[in-house]
Amino acid sequence: MHGKADSKAGIARQQVRLRGRSYVAFVFAPAVPIVDWLSEIDATLASSPGFFVGKPVVLDLSSVDLSQSAIAHLVGSLEQRSIRVLGIEGVEGDRLVASMPPLLTGGRPCVITRTEPQAKHEAKPKTNSLLLDSPVRSGQSIIFTEGDVTVLGSVGSGAEIVAGGSIHVYGTLRGRAMAGVNGNSAARIYCQKIEAELLAIDGYYQTAEEIDASLRNQPAQAWLQGDIMRITPLI
Amino acid sequence: MAKVLVVTSGKGGVGKTTSTAALGAALAQHGQSVAVVDFDVGLRNLDLVMGAERRVVFDLINVVQGVAKLQQALIRDKRLENLWLLPASQTRDKDALTDEGVGKVIADLRTRFDWVLCDSPAGIERGATLAMRYADEAVIVTNPEVSSVRDSDRIIGMLDSKTVKAEKGERVEKHVLITRYDPARAARGEMLGIDDILEILATPLIGIIPESQDVLRASNVGSPVTLNDATSAPARAYFDAARRLTGETVEMVVPAERKGFMNRLLGRRAA
Repeated sequence: MHGKADSKAGIARQQVRLRGRSYVAFVFAPAVPIVDWLSEIDATLASSPGFFVGKPVVLDLSSVDLSQSAIAHLVGSLEQRSIRVLGIEGVEGDRLVASMPPLLTGGRPCVITRTEPQAKHEAKPKTNSLLLDSPVRSGQSIIFTEGDVTVLGSVGSGAEIVAGGSIHVYGTLRGRAMAGVNGNSAARIYCQKIEAELLAIDGYYQTAEEIDASLRNQPAQAWLQGDIMRITPLI
Repeated sequence: MAKVLVVTSGKGGVGKTTSTAALGAALAQHGQSVAVVDFDVGLRNLDLVMGAERRVVFDLINVVQGVAKLQQALIRDKRLENLWLLPASQTRDKDALTDEGVGKVIADLRTRFDWVLCDSPAGIERGATLAMRYADEAVIVTNPEVSSVRDSDRIIGMLDSKTVKAEKGERVEKHVLITRYDPARAARGEMLGIDDILEILATPLIGIIPESQDVLRASNVGSPVTLNDATSAPARAYFDAARRLTGETVEMVVPAERKGFMNRLLGRRAA
C-alpha cells in the first residue's frame, strides 16, 4: 500500500513543473495623508485612463505606518479605481489578513522601460503606400511595387505610374496607370477624371481607344472581374 | 539680388526667343539691368531678334571655355543702355557647353545684372538642361495646342528635378506664358482654352500674348516687340508679364476679338 502511494506521489511530483518568470511591477509608495495621495492617483488616471489596467502593482508601505484596517481600506480604495494590488511589501506579516494581497519580499528596483514607442518605431518602416503631393508630369515615371500610390494632383499625358497595389489619383489621369503589377488582381485604379492613355491591372490592359467615351472626364474606377477589366463611374 | 530666369518650352517654334527678347527689353525699360543669354548653341537666333547680329565678336562658348572674358562677349543694346546680350556660337554645338563652365558664367552674370534671362533651345537635351540648370525662375512658353502643352508639362517636371534649386530641395518659381493666342480661333473653339492649359499644367499664368503680325514685323527689323512698337497688343501683353515678374499685381486680360471695332473703324473710312 505504502509503496503504491509513494509511487503515485512520485509521478504527481514529476508532473508539477515549476518555471521561473519575472515581471516588472509598478511600485506604489503611499504617503500620508492617504486621501491626498489617492487624489494624485485620480489625477494620473484622469489624464490616461486605464494606465494601470493589466499591469502588476505592488504596494510599498515601508514609509507609512498603517493599521490592519487602514491597509484594508487602502487596498479597497485602489480596487475601486480598477487597480488590483498583486502584493504588499515593507510591512510586518501579522498586519495582513488572508483576504489581502500576499506579503512580498526581495524586490529589486529597475528602470521601467516604455514598450509602446518602440513598437511604433518598428511599425513605421513597413509603409506600403506612396503619397505624391504634386502633379506627375509628362515623362515622369513613378514605380512603387511595394503597394498603393496616391497622387494629390493630376497625372500628365506621357507620365506613367506603376504600383504593386492600387492607384489613387485626386486629379485628372491623362497618362498611363499600371496597378497590381506583382500579380495583385484585386488592385484598382481610381481617379477624379479619367482621360487615361492606358490602364492596366495585373497585366490586363485597356488603351484610351477602348475606354468608353461616356466615361471621359468623369470620376471613374477600374478593376478586374475575372479576365475582364471593368471601368465604371464613381458616384 | 540678381534673378536668373530661364525661358523654356520643350517644343520648338512656340516663341521662346521672341519672348526672351521682349521680356528683356520690357524689364530694361523698367530701369532694371538685364542680360539676355542665348543658349541655343549652333542655332542661334536671339542676336537676330535683338538686332545685334553684326556686332558679335565673342560668344557664350568662348566665355565658358575661357577664351574670352565675359565683358568682351557681352553686347550692349543700341537703344537701351541697360540691356545686354550674350550671344551663342553658331559654329559649335551644345556639347561644347559644360556644367561648371555655365555655372561660372551665370555666377559672374549674377554679380553684374538685376536679371539674367536665359533663352533655352528646344528639346530636353544638354542645351535645354544647362539653360535651366542654374535658374531661380522659369517662364514656360506654351502655345494653345495639345502638343505644346504636353511638352511644357515635361519641361515643368524637369524644372522640378534637374535644376540646382530642385536638387537642393528648393523650388524654381515657374510661370506659364501663353503665346500666339488667337482670340478668333479661341472663340470658334479651335484652340485649347486658357483654363484647359492651366488645368493641365497646374502652374500660375504670367501672361497671354495674342497672335499678331506685329511680332513678326518686329523680329524682321531686329527689334524686340516691346521696343519696336510699345503700344501694340503683344507689346502691352509682354509689358504686363514683365511687371508681374517684378512682383507687381497686374490684372490679367484675356485677348478678345476686336473685329467689330475694326470693322466699324474701317467702314467709316470707306464711307
